[in-house]
Amino acid sequence: MDNRNQKGWLYLLPALLFLGVFMVYPLADVLIYSFEEGYNFASQTFFGVGWYNYSYVLHDPYFLQAVKNTFLIVLITVPLSTLIALLISALLSSIKPLRNLFQTIYFLPYVTNTLAVGLVFMILFRKTPYTDGLVNLVIRLFGGSAVDFIDGPYWAKMFVMCFYTIWVVMPFKILILTGALASVRQDYYKAAKIDGTPRLRVFFRITLPMISPMIFYLVITGFIGAFKAYSDEVAIFGTDLNAAGMNTIVGYVYDMLYGNSGGYPSYASAAALILFAVVFTITVINLLISQKNVHY
Amino acid sequence: MLTQNELQRQEKSAAVRNGVVGGLTYFFLTVWALIVLFPFYWMVLTSVKSYGSYNAERIPAFFTKQPTLQNYADAFTSVPLAKYFLNTLIFTVATTAVMMAVIVLAAYAFARLEFVGKNITFALFLSLMMIPNELVVITNFVTITNLGLRNTFTGLILPSVTSVFYIYLLKENFEQVPDELYRAAKVDGTSDLKYLFKVMIPISRPTIVTIVILKVIECWNAYVWPRLITDDPAYFLVSNGIQEIRENGFGRENVPAMMAAVVAVSVPLIVLFLIFRKKIMEGVSRGGIKG
Repeated sequence: MDNRNQKGWLYLLPALLFLGVFMVYPLADVLIYSFEEGYNFASQTFFGVGWYNYSYVLHDPYFLQAVKNTFLIVLITVPLSTLIALLISALLSSIKPLRNLFQTIYFLPYVTNTLAVGLVFMILFRKTPYTDGLVNLVIRLFGGSAVDFIDGPYWAKMFVMCFYTIWVVMPFKILILTGALASVRQDYYKAAKIDGTPRLRVFFRITLPMISPMIFYLVITGFIGAFKAYSDEVAIFGTDLNAAGMNTIVGYVYDMLYGNSGGYPSYASAAALILFAVVFTITVINLLISQKNVHY
Repeated sequence: MLTQNELQRQEKSAAVRNGVVGGLTYFFLTVWALIVLFPFYWMVLTSVKSYGSYNAERIPAFFTKQPTLQNYADAFTSVPLAKYFLNTLIFTVATTAVMMAVIVLAAYAFARLEFVGKNITFALFLSLMMIPNELVVITNFVTITNLGLRNTFTGLILPSVTSVFYIYLLKENFEQVPDELYRAAKVDGTSDLKYLFKVMIPISRPTIVTIVILKVIECWNAYVWPRLITDDPAYFLVSNGIQEIRENGFGRENVPAMMAAVVAVSVPLIVLFLIFRKKIMEGVSRGGIKG
């Protein structure tokens, strides 16, 4: 028996070691950091213990800007991307020819490097002294005036950001929703057809309730993912997100940790824990709502 | 009672309506396909325009009459793009290999072996799945820095060689293998390790391939951790390389060469996707977390 015990733990040992060092210990450590006031990275000393780091972060204009940006991105992209994905998946499920081709195309953004493709978006939306860029060309065509989407007004930057975010998250949502639509039992549709039920009614009364668990799954993971937005922002606006006024909470954490404004793991920890608290609360709320509204 | 004529007319109008709905369906689907594909078209197009002709375009042109491969030559010679590729390849292969070893052993322990504290350990593992990376990255950064592992492959690789989720996925799969096989192997005197390699892994190959592919995609696109841990361009991965090219570039802003680099970085994963399309999409819908 003792021998078998040892063997089990031996097989687990590598995983335990890595998880211990790089997940469990950091979890405790991040809490400690967040309460150590005036922590100095070079000498690894601190003055006292308390809530100062949280108070500093919550009063930092850069953090407040990051919170505003993050919430806007979440509130715009999550509902919009879920709705568009639902529409596209429903359309996709209603056709036979070319369906595989469309599905393959729609999945492409998932396997691309977001930083690389972000550069293309930047080129498309950018306005330089030499050229207005392609998007502005189209805007001109419809009688509008050119806007610099990368270095211009806030709403324009936010538009590009949300557009790119939706472009990036769409493949996953379409994939999950087409999967869910395919798993709805065909009997229901046959029965509805015999009754002569109109298409829209079938969609809202049969399809939607049947796939509602998956929709809620997507909304929940969508919220979590959007709250952690960061590399898509870097892809469009570069690493100095504070200067662009487009930083996110995660970006703030990394900026505090590293780079020109870095060297403050205590502030970074406090900001990361605030983010975790927000995401956790919203996920719990989402779960509560979904329990009330998901029908099978 | 409907006359023959009325019936025909009704059928006809239904057919027209179906035609319109079908046409609109394909229209919308095509629009989205174009939105998805256009950036790819644009980056390939820009990458074959010459530096001079690109900068002479006040109005962007949708095609080019004199395609050139000069930008690709520039991308690989004036910035160390090949080095970034090599680094990413080493990083991807090493991370994936070490992770597979770690998670296969752990999944086998949970699925097949009996030991005191197994269930509680597994529950603790599962609870770790809720921990976002952002919370632990701060301390990991400090740990790796204090160990003097910045700008090394060890520092890049170590924090990402375990995944609780993949252990869970693989454990579920290992449990599908019938117990009889294990008992028979034990009667024959096969060791656990041999049983794992000769029976369990071959049977669970589809899941293992899925995990490998997902991990490779993740490694190829890794940005945040490599950025924190490397500031020496000799250790940059492609994501950081692209960012470096964007910010410090080719000495001057050279958009076509930049796009050539972007194409070069995008191609490997797109090829991988086109080869393993079914596997990747199936794997992502089972275990992908993005968006």
